[in-house]
Amino acid sequence: VSLFLDERHDLVILVVNTIQKDLRSDNYLVVCAALTAACRLIGEEAIPAVLPQVVELLAHPKEAVRKKAVMALHRFYQRSPSSVSHLVSNFRKRLCDNDPGVMGATLCPLYDLILEDPNSYKDLVVSFVNILKQVAERRLPTSYDYHQMPAPFIQIKLLKILAVLGSGDKQASGNMYMVLGDIFRKGDTASNIGNAILYECICCISSIFPNAKMLDAAAETTSKFLKSDSHNLKYMGIDALGRLIKINPDIAEEHQLAVIDCLEDPDDTLKRKTFELLYKMTKSTNVEVIVDRMIEYMINITDHHYKTEIASRCVELAEQFAPSNQWFIQTMNKVFEHAGDLVNIRVAHNLMRLIAEGFGEEDEGADSQLRSSAVDSYLRIVGEPKLPSSFLQIICWVLGEYGTADGKYSASYIIGKLYDVAEAHPTDDTVRAYAISAILKIFAFEIALGRKIDMLPECQSLIDELSASHSTDLQQRAYELQALLGLDKQAVENVMPADASCEDIEIDRNLSFLNGYVQQAIENGAAPYIPESERSGVVSVGNYKAQDQQETSAHALRFEAYELPPAASQASISPTTDLVPVPEPSYYKEDHQMSRSQPSGDSLSGEFGLKLRLDGVQKKWGRPAYSSSSTPSSSTSSQQATNGGVSSEVGGSTSSQARESTYGSKRQQATEVSAEKQRLAASLFGKADRKTQAGRKTAKESSSTEKVATANATPQPAKEQVIPSAPPPDLLDLGEPVSSSPPLADPFTQLEGLLGPASASPVVSETPASSTSKTPDLMSIFSDDVQTGVTSGSTEPSLGVNVVAAKKGPSLQDALQKDAAARQVGVTPTGNNPILFKDLLG
Amino acid sequence: MINFVLLISRQGKVRLTKWYSPYTQKERTKVIRELSGLILTRGPKLCNFVEWKGYKVVYRRYASLYFCMCIDAEDNELEVLEIIHHFVEVLDRYFGSVCELDLIFNFHKAYYILDEILIAGELQESSKKNVARLIAAQDSLVEAAKEEASSISNIIAQATK
Repeated sequence: VSLFLDERHDLVILVVNTIQKDLRSDNYLVVCAALTAACRLIGEEAIPAVLPQVVELLAHPKEAVRKKAVMALHRFYQRSPSSVSHLVSNFRKRLCDNDPGVMGATLCPLYDLILEDPNSYKDLVVSFVNILKQVAERRLPTSYDYHQMPAPFIQIKLLKILAVLGSGDKQASGNMYMVLGDIFRKGDTASNIGNAILYECICCISSIFPNAKMLDAAAETTSKFLKSDSHNLKYMGIDALGRLIKINPDIAEEHQLAVIDCLEDPDDTLKRKTFELLYKMTKSTNVEVIVDRMIEYMINITDHHYKTEIASRCVELAEQFAPSNQWFIQTMNKVFEHAGDLVNIRVAHNLMRLIAEGFGEEDEGADSQLRSSAVDSYLRIVGEPKLPSSFLQIICWVLGEYGTADGKYSASYIIGKLYDVAEAHPTDDTVRAYAISAILKIFAFEIALGRKIDMLPECQSLIDELSASHSTDLQQRAYELQALLGLDKQAVENVMPADASCEDIEIDRNLSFLNGYVQQAIENGAAPYIPESERSGVVSVGNYKAQDQQETSAHALRFEAYELPPAASQASISPTTDLVPVPEPSYYKEDHQMSRSQPSGDSLSGEFGLKLRLDGVQKKWGRPAYSSSSTPSSSTSSQQATNGGVSSEVGGSTSSQARESTYGSKRQQATEVSAEKQRLAASLFGKADRKTQAGRKTAKESSSTEKVATANATPQPAKEQVIPSAPPPDLLDLGEPVSSSPPLADPFTQLEGLLGPASASPVVSETPASSTSKTPDLMSIFSDDVQTGVTSGSTEPSLGVNVVAAKKGPSLQDALQKDAAARQVGVTPTGNNPILFKDLLG
Repeated sequence: MINFVLLISRQGKVRLTKWYSPYTQKERTKVIRELSGLILTRGPKLCNFVEWKGYKVVYRRYASLYFCMCIDAEDNELEVLEIIHHFVEVLDRYFGSVCELDLIFNFHKAYYILDEILIAGELQESSKKNVARLIAAQDSLVEAAKEEASSISNIIAQATK
């Protein structure tokens, strides 16, 4: 089951009950399987259902169970930290478990907890160091050795934890130096797992407070990694080097050749890791070489995800370490040319802002030079085919803003270039919008300067075309351009100030400039403005009406659901009386699930009602032999499901259906308490009468007794139909003991008869006897007890009488159990199971 | 944390999958197809680690099977490589010279062994002896359950005569 579902699946609700039962099993393997399934299936909503039991299992005598319980709590913590937060101290206790497996498992949740809040666990540093020392000194059992390395996985986990705890803490780090030195000294570079431990040591040393001796050892080990022939070790070496140069940049100098070799390696993985290293060691002096390499590599790869990442890194490095404006513009051009569609749009906006605002050095000359170089390069690039859309947007924007700023190029030339861009991309509305806006800006700037500008014929036709465009955005821009051409110099200066793209715009939120118009309209008889709050009030009234209709509809649905149960209830309860008692335990298990799945009870009961009706019909017309044969097969299935630790599909579905059936039965029974009481009284009364008869007249007297019972009970067709079907099971039960037990077995039968009343008493005591309606039941039970005692006391009791007495016990218990269930008083299934199974097997 | 475990044959057939993070069925299919294409085309001399969508995939080839595990970006790759080897050693000890057919015909045993070694994406038991002991106990339990089920069936059959 755990292979096909995950915690988001709806069927998990049905599985929770099985997991709960398995968690209480005596067999530790069943408990282990349940814990494994819980890690897989229990989602955030279901954690409270199983959490108390898992916490109890932390103290289980079997270490395998304790270990899995720790892992289950770790998973619950990952799913829902708040529901497990009060159990953090339990993890500390498990750390001191005498079994290394449990201790190792505890490191996983502790690692996650320490990642979140390292300060709360500083006191554990000494404990972790001691554990690590014991492991290094080979004090753990040899079964935990792995390729002659003592408990390497535990060592690695401990090193990760120490790295987090020691970060930025000189005192905590001081405790770690000695044990780290030991691990370095004993490190074995011949095996993979030894190298894994050494790598983790390097990570730990690079995280904790720096120590010169430790750094030297780490650098030496890194050097071995880089010089190795294995690509895996080179990979780890590059990564370790990346961590160490953050502390001591000089370490990288010694390994320049090794790094270059990795850079030129055909292995993509190694190359990417090397680029990460270069990214970390970038400075003003080497940024040009590194970024060029990155761009060259970016051009060749086809992985979009990594291309995006490396492009953003190039942009970031260029912004931080650009040696000159010229180089910066060229680098940006390359990045956008080859990865423009993959770069985050914010990068493009940042580039525009950078060109507009400069590098923040308050040097207007440098800023102007930056813009000029940008314009030069963009005019050169703009003619190339297949430029990314975002790059074209930047080009148009920059040319529009600053194309004519330094006077090097004429407005006509720039406008011609922009027209070419618009013509070359007829389907890209965004690029065309940028082009039109750019042309508009150039016209505005020229008019503001008082210069005459001639409209190119092709530009005029372009504007005419866009005025009739399907895109309203392009239409508006075209109309704006036409309107602008009609304005005079003064107006244009106000509308489009030069070099003001990053200036703040003041907004009049109250729209005070419209007050004059409003006043005039009111004087002419217009209605005054109604604020939004009043209008929303009207809307809420409408919502209230809609809600009222919703309630009416819900009421109707509820009525439909309740109309169904009565008939189904009659049909379903009767067959239960005659069934073998084995299904009863699942009946009680369903009780827990009902309280949990209450919200979906309405729909579930509807479905079960339909199914139950079919069951009733089947029972009514089926042959007695058919109904009795179906019971054993279901019993076998449930038996296998109970005993087998591994749950199979067939068994799961069968038991699931059985539980659904009993669940529906339970729901119906809750609404038919009075009918249940009547049936119980009739059943007890009828059996009591039969008990008093003996000898040859038993059959005749029983028949008359049944008639009396029918007359006393409420006349209902379903009940009358059920009574005739009772005799066949009786005959089967009567025949079985006779054939299987020789006369020598008489003493056992007598003992069983004695056990009957004894087991019935606890059931009665568990039921509150405060209501007057229970008095008749108690009197009947008492009468039965007396009869049984008298019978067993007589000399040489006949075999027939004893058999009847023995058979009566289970029936009474069965009736009592149903009565208890009807009152929703829980009776522990395990308390009754042994007796029921004994009867079945005996 | 290990996000999922894949066993892929050299021809791209999937032999065993285990997902420790929630993935929809469509996502799983897509992941398997992408990673098959990515890993099966790598040469034997190259690194055993592959970066993939912000995660890392550690893989190792044994005969005709590729054992792949997807881990978080900051995890120790060599450790995961050894966890794969640990898993293979336990399988080998249980099946005796384990081969691909053993995993195909006894996949439920392979899943159980994997559940004993990894739970919720974390290494649970690093002792091969403990894992073997638990698996042997589980086998005994299954045998006992089968016997009990058959005896109960016999009893019920006799009772219905």
